[in-house]
Amino acid sequence: MAVQRKKRKRRELFALGNEAVAEGALLAGCSFYAGYPITPSTEIMEVMANRLPLIEDGVFIQMEDEIASMGAAIGASLAGRKAMTATSGPGFALMQEHIGYACMVEAPLVVVNVMRGGPSTGLPTSPAQADVQMARWGTHGDHPIIVLSASNVQECLEMTVTAFNFAEKYRTPVILLLDEVTAHTREKITVPDPDEVEILSRVEPTVPPEWFKPYADTARGVPAMAPIGSGYRTHVTGLTHDVMGYPTQRPDEVKDAMLRLFRKIDQYYGDIQMADEYMMDDAEVAVVAYGSVARSAHLAVEQARERGAKAGLLTLKTLFPFPRPAVEKLTHRCHTVVVPEMNMGQMSREVKRVNNGRTKVRTINRVDGQIITPSEILKAIL
Amino acid sequence: MADVTQLIHDYLRHNKKFPHVFCAGCGHGIVLGSLIRSVHALGLPKDDVVLVAGIGCSGRMAVYVDFNTVHTTHGRALTFATGIKMANPKLKVICVMGDGDAMSIGGNHLIHAARRNIGVTALILNNQIYGMTGGQCSSATPQGDISMTTPFGSLEKAFDIVEMCKAAGASYVARGTSFHAIQLDRLISSAIMHPGFSVVEVFSPCPTQYGRKNKFRNAVDMYKWLKANTVKVETLKEPDQKPADGRIPIGVFRDVEEPGLEERYFELQRKLMGQNR
Repeated sequence: MAVQRKKRKRRELFALGNEAVAEGALLAGCSFYAGYPITPSTEIMEVMANRLPLIEDGVFIQMEDEIASMGAAIGASLAGRKAMTATSGPGFALMQEHIGYACMVEAPLVVVNVMRGGPSTGLPTSPAQADVQMARWGTHGDHPIIVLSASNVQECLEMTVTAFNFAEKYRTPVILLLDEVTAHTREKITVPDPDEVEILSRVEPTVPPEWFKPYADTARGVPAMAPIGSGYRTHVTGLTHDVMGYPTQRPDEVKDAMLRLFRKIDQYYGDIQMADEYMMDDAEVAVVAYGSVARSAHLAVEQARERGAKAGLLTLKTLFPFPRPAVEKLTHRCHTVVVPEMNMGQMSREVKRVNNGRTKVRTINRVDGQIITPSEILKAIL
Repeated sequence: MADVTQLIHDYLRHNKKFPHVFCAGCGHGIVLGSLIRSVHALGLPKDDVVLVAGIGCSGRMAVYVDFNTVHTTHGRALTFATGIKMANPKLKVICVMGDGDAMSIGGNHLIHAARRNIGVTALILNNQIYGMTGGQCSSATPQGDISMTTPFGSLEKAFDIVEMCKAAGASYVARGTSFHAIQLDRLISSAIMHPGFSVVEVFSPCPTQYGRKNKFRNAVDMYKWLKANTVKVETLKEPDQKPADGRIPIGVFRDVEEPGLEERYFELQRKLMGQNR
């Protein structure tokens, strides 16, 4: 019998970053989108509005505001769906309370924030990277969070898939930060065949309902999740809860619950912290960048090499948990680290913390709604 | 009595969750009892019922009852309920909120849920005060009444929840009280079985935080007040007008059959997918 070789069904698209996010979400199995229109993220919502009603059980709903969008997405996630929403700065600010709720009840969820100039209404159609620390610390209370970024359109697709996988694997909200330039750049991308892509889904309980402990500790620190309506009648609450999901104030139970929330992310740093190295093997000057700035940095590094400077680039794909090992390594090897970003120094603060005074950290900061050009970075390298 | 005991065993969680937080004389327990009797009478499996609650005294109801329960954030219960209903339309989603929850912080979500006509039942337990935080004025506190934040009397008018939900497009709107428990069973049962968005406002006395500041000597006085100051809407000559004597009309104010958002959405989806095939 002849072995039938399955033909891969890849699709090539000329797509916006935002459209690639939507493609990635559908590829990852997202079947629920709740959102509220906001520039410059709206195309994500528009693609989902067109596509989800054509998919079996796909649900699209436009809510009355960003608070409601997050609420609906969490509700859908609790009911077993892979859910997402997308927004920009002002909407992201409104979502913060519910991001904390999703952390607390461990609802898998993807939130895309296409960063625009701020604060407040700011520069709706201009790029910025000033929501980085808000993504990390925006909701109240101590909590771990996964924040990813993408620097080109293909990565928008790939990182959205990764965001869903992390959300499902670790039962946590995952934030994907794009900037307006990445979101509104149109490039050729390849949408892979669904069979080529690793898609993860949450683990559901296998024990009988009466044995099920919805927030029990496991070796991975991630409890099994029973969708609402599956026969496991659980209680979900934003109050600090015990292993049964019921509110508690007992210090021993509170401590266990909080430490497990952190541990389930902490012990998988190796899996979560992603960064790409470019020409870093012999680099003496390293640029640490993320988002569209990483593309300017890429060209700047090449130009620096042409001029004989040993420059390299570390592109951060995971922003939080901060990819400490990758950055620490280069602070030992290089005499200068350049951190260009479209804010007043939100990631350079993290780099400096890891650097601990070992090497020189040079920052390039722009908050005028313009991209950082390769020549600006080149000047800082040389 | 034996029936009631049986219902308690069948519908309340008996691992670790009692005593409850409700004060003596609180109307919330009566509403919970009515809800349980309604679900029981309708024969709904517990696995198919989702109780989504907001924050406040009424929000704690979710912990005690053995359905799928979600205790959400302040004012946003309806947004979660909308997500759950759209994600799994087979579920009976019941949203329990207080007056501060549904009308003050969550007013926007309430009017939009009504406008969408999402197939969710909203039980609004109106005790005219923020009970859990210690008795502050809410948007349902009557004008002139005393609370911790209106020590000299409230200057603002109270929301009429029924009128607002009707205006926003809810297809089932009713009002009951904790005193009229038999009627409340009927209202809640028909609200749960209603296809679109259904609202039942329940006047539920708060003797601790509202009554004692507003010249009610005890809880019994508050229930007597409810008895004396309410009127069945079906007995009114002009049901659309507020009674001139200031009594609060109770009963069903609107009951029209309109498909819920989830029905319309999945109908559209079936049509679209049929075209694509």
